[in-house]
Amino acid sequence: MKLITKSLLGIFLLGTLFTSCSKDEGCTDPAANNFDVEALKDDGSCTYDKLPEEVHEESHITFNFMHHFDGIPVTAANFNQFNFVTANGDTISITKLRYLVSDMRLYTTSGDSVMMNGYNLVDLTNGTGLSYEAGESDLGAFAGIGFNFGFDTTDNAGNYLDLNSANWNWPVMIGAGYHNMQFEGKYKFNGADSLYAYHNGTASNMGAHEQNHISVRLPGIALNEHNVVVTIEMNIAEWFRNPNTWDLNANHSNLMMNYGAQKMMQANGYNVFSLGAVSQRK
Amino acid sequence: MVRKSLNILLVIGMVISFYSCSKNKIEPIPPPEPVPQPTGVGTPAVLFVPQVFLQSINPPIIPANNPQTVEGIALGRKLFYDPILSGDGTQACADCHAPEFSFTDSNQFSTGITMLQGNRNSMAIFNAAWNWNGQFFWDGRANSLEEQALGPVVNPIEMNNTWPAAMASLQADGLYPSMFNDAFGTTVIDSNLVAMAIAQFERTLVSANSRFDRFLLGQLALTPQELSGFNIFNDGNLGGGDCFHCHGSAANPLWTDNDFHNNGLDATFTDNGLGAITGNPNDNGKFKTPSLRNLAYTAPYMHDGRFATLDEVLDHYSQGVVMSPTIDALMQHAGTGGTQMSPSTKADLKAFLLSLSDPDFITNPAFQDPNP
Repeated sequence: MKLITKSLLGIFLLGTLFTSCSKDEGCTDPAANNFDVEALKDDGSCTYDKLPEEVHEESHITFNFMHHFDGIPVTAANFNQFNFVTANGDTISITKLRYLVSDMRLYTTSGDSVMMNGYNLVDLTNGTGLSYEAGESDLGAFAGIGFNFGFDTTDNAGNYLDLNSANWNWPVMIGAGYHNMQFEGKYKFNGADSLYAYHNGTASNMGAHEQNHISVRLPGIALNEHNVVVTIEMNIAEWFRNPNTWDLNANHSNLMMNYGAQKMMQANGYNVFSLGAVSQRK
Repeated sequence: MVRKSLNILLVIGMVISFYSCSKNKIEPIPPPEPVPQPTGVGTPAVLFVPQVFLQSINPPIIPANNPQTVEGIALGRKLFYDPILSGDGTQACADCHAPEFSFTDSNQFSTGITMLQGNRNSMAIFNAAWNWNGQFFWDGRANSLEEQALGPVVNPIEMNNTWPAAMASLQADGLYPSMFNDAFGTTVIDSNLVAMAIAQFERTLVSANSRFDRFLLGQLALTPQELSGFNIFNDGNLGGGDCFHCHGSAANPLWTDNDFHNNGLDATFTDNGLGAITGNPNDNGKFKTPSLRNLAYTAPYMHDGRFATLDEVLDHYSQGVVMSPTIDALMQHAGTGGTQMSPSTKADLKAFLLSLSDPDFITNPAFQDPNP
């Protein structure tokens, strides 16, 4: 209804711009039976078969991804600096952070979910994928918002040309499919720089492969307008904190083939994401 | 859907508003005089996309303002092999980018027409249309293949010409003006058209028929040693190769990530590479990841050609890695100087690496010198 009003208003305003033109009056509503293409001024003569129907309203949902380390905003601009201290007391820098999210969804109050299929590679390093237009949903209140960190087992078996092109694959011998995350940088050990590569994906144990994605569920939101932007925040510090206090000197590299490290990452990952600002506009 | 319809109605409304007015106030605008169109803008040529790429990776990137044409490719091929572009008419692109070496040469540093040498190894050329970030040269300083092609002609240590001189030589030639007309619809030759033609030819240099490609297509079986080497390539453990994060996979058969890394060659840098271009000290010592395709033909190796053989390259990743401020975190065994591969591991890895070489590519008749 609002949009019909807006359209009528737009046509009316445009019409008034040309009042200097010689013009007949008539019906100016293109939806009317007696719409007059030459009429610039509406004379109230429009007739309709029936009243316009109630419009079924939808909301376009965009997810923005923001990152911080216990409140310190993190962007590529403060990569390469030893700005951050982990729960274990390790001072670290970040040189790369990219991760995959998939199956963005809304949980209804009746317990169903509205799936927005697809996936998005968030790449903080290059500043790509930080905003993702996930899809549409009916307006209304929802009990929760969710997504998968990484692919679930079914999706992980797919072939994605863009992810292959981004060199995002996970080696076949440790489960194939794709990385969930590549998170890299340096940490200080006895005053010297050491490297860490906190890579997450399928957990592999003596040839047995175990799914290792994270099903993230965040608090509910109401979709009130046609465009809703939902901010998802990652607290990077949580990767090192809870329940597993991460000792980088014990687990800094070669983690992809380390089953125990992979499962510790998954456990910590449940605490990493939170719901940030939600903005709504017509 | 509903809103889209409403928006369309709004647009219709606007058009009607304008139409209603202009019909009363403004004389009809006469159609414009026909502008002479350039003749011969080229016959469209579809870039061949091999099956191993089609099934795995994104389509090639061809700039909208330089579509592939039969005539453009033929012109670019002739230019690529013609010393007319150099300052003294003695050196062509192909002198340092020869097909038998997968479009590089066998020297550590190439020698320009004034006998000067640079400090970078000539880069091999193939699969350039799949360079996703569009950055060319070891340090990424060119932002397109066209821009890349402009560089060597006027580089004092390479072909040492000026573009006005090169364009005058081409303009005075008996064949080139008509070839430019066929390709671009003008007989007026300028440097951008030269670069566009060369880039078109370079995009046709597609390499995708190695043993490993045919293995991926189910057309042959690899040897046990090659298969072992492929597992070592993917093995991140100490003792493995740990190559895959930068050098592709069966699903990314470009065998490069097209990105820039410091792979632990030096503790301090005499050449800052990407950092000299971006001005960001965090980029110092980073160079473009070269593809592992066609290693059989592209020695010596690294941005400065420091390693004469593949064995030396594997020794570097095994035992020669040194820390530096910008070393890539993917060099995760840097603390032990490398991945500590055994001699048999290195031998198997080398066998796999050589399975990525494509003998058909270096002998493809369409890529050879067309000049008599």
